[in-house]
Amino acid sequence: MLEGLTILIFLQFTGELIAGVTRLPIPGPVIGLALLAGFALWRGRMPEPVVTAGDAILRHLSLLFVPAGVGLIAFGDRLAREGLLIVIVLVLSTAITMTVTALVFRALTRDDGDAA
Amino acid sequence: MTLRSLDPSAFWIYLAEQPLFFLAITLAAYLVGDRIAAATGRHPLANPVLIAILLVGTALLVSGTSHARYFEGARFVHVLLGPATVALALPIWRNRALIARHWRAIGAALGIGALVGIGSTLILARLLGLSGATLASLAPKSVTAAIAMGIAEQVGGTPPLTAVLVIATGILGAVMVTPLMNLLRIRDYAARGFAVGIAAHGIGTARALQVNEKAGAYAALGMALNGLVTAILVPLLLFLFR
Repeated sequence: MLEGLTILIFLQFTGELIAGVTRLPIPGPVIGLALLAGFALWRGRMPEPVVTAGDAILRHLSLLFVPAGVGLIAFGDRLAREGLLIVIVLVLSTAITMTVTALVFRALTRDDGDAA
Repeated sequence: MTLRSLDPSAFWIYLAEQPLFFLAITLAAYLVGDRIAAATGRHPLANPVLIAILLVGTALLVSGTSHARYFEGARFVHVLLGPATVALALPIWRNRALIARHWRAIGAALGIGALVGIGSTLILARLLGLSGATLASLAPKSVTAAIAMGIAEQVGGTPPLTAVLVIATGILGAVMVTPLMNLLRIRDYAARGFAVGIAAHGIGTARALQVNEKAGAYAALGMALNGLVTAILVPLLLFLFR
């Protein structure tokens, strides 16, 4: 667990460094994600400690959103003003995104034969 | 400050000075949310995170506690977002066989789905006259809050608002996916799962897993891949859009 967590934090840190040096507007942890996925696919294996630690953290991933989410209490005014319009945007754009993604996916798997 | 009297307000002030108290409150509120979600048979509308945010937020507002004070304790949970994001390489690794078999469909649906997800959000938000900071907070709403908050921070959005918009998007996607796909007559569970993973991240993935194992695998893959692609696309599209 500790070994895997160390590797994950080290990769996050490396990602932050790369983002800082290259001034890319991409979050450091996302670069860390790409490094880990790239490494595993390239070497054909995922280090076992990373699997152990990663699964443990991801099991309660949604708990990690609570501290930041509570910060919403400072934005009551904006929500009261724009809340309804935001909900309209979310409903329409989520429906459009799912429709387009599913149609594109289906169009390109039909010939594969084993899609369904 | 010591605990001298039983006066409730003095008691609160004492507790509020202990960072660990807010860590405990955060975990307890999440557990309460999780129990409520379990009691409803994991209905998407009974989202544990949303319940926890409402509980903790109400407690802070009622007691007049600032978010900064609360965060002194809650940050111990918050710091794990970074390593958790890196760990999202695991669903990509586990589903590599799916990528190898359907790389054309996955690549095209990922690229187009990510573009449409961000683009439709920006166009609709602009048409409805939403403010620039809200636009930047909305743009990454289809990907997991772990990644979306980082993106929002990079592009001048408001991370706490993004966290809640992401959760709302996940709930909407989870509720809409089955009726929408039935309406479109898309029966392939791979297409259904991938679509909900792309549009509605972890909450959509949890819903897909309830319905069908294959849909769940494609949803998890779509969620992780879209985290990567959206992190690259949001700064680009916002730059073009402004």
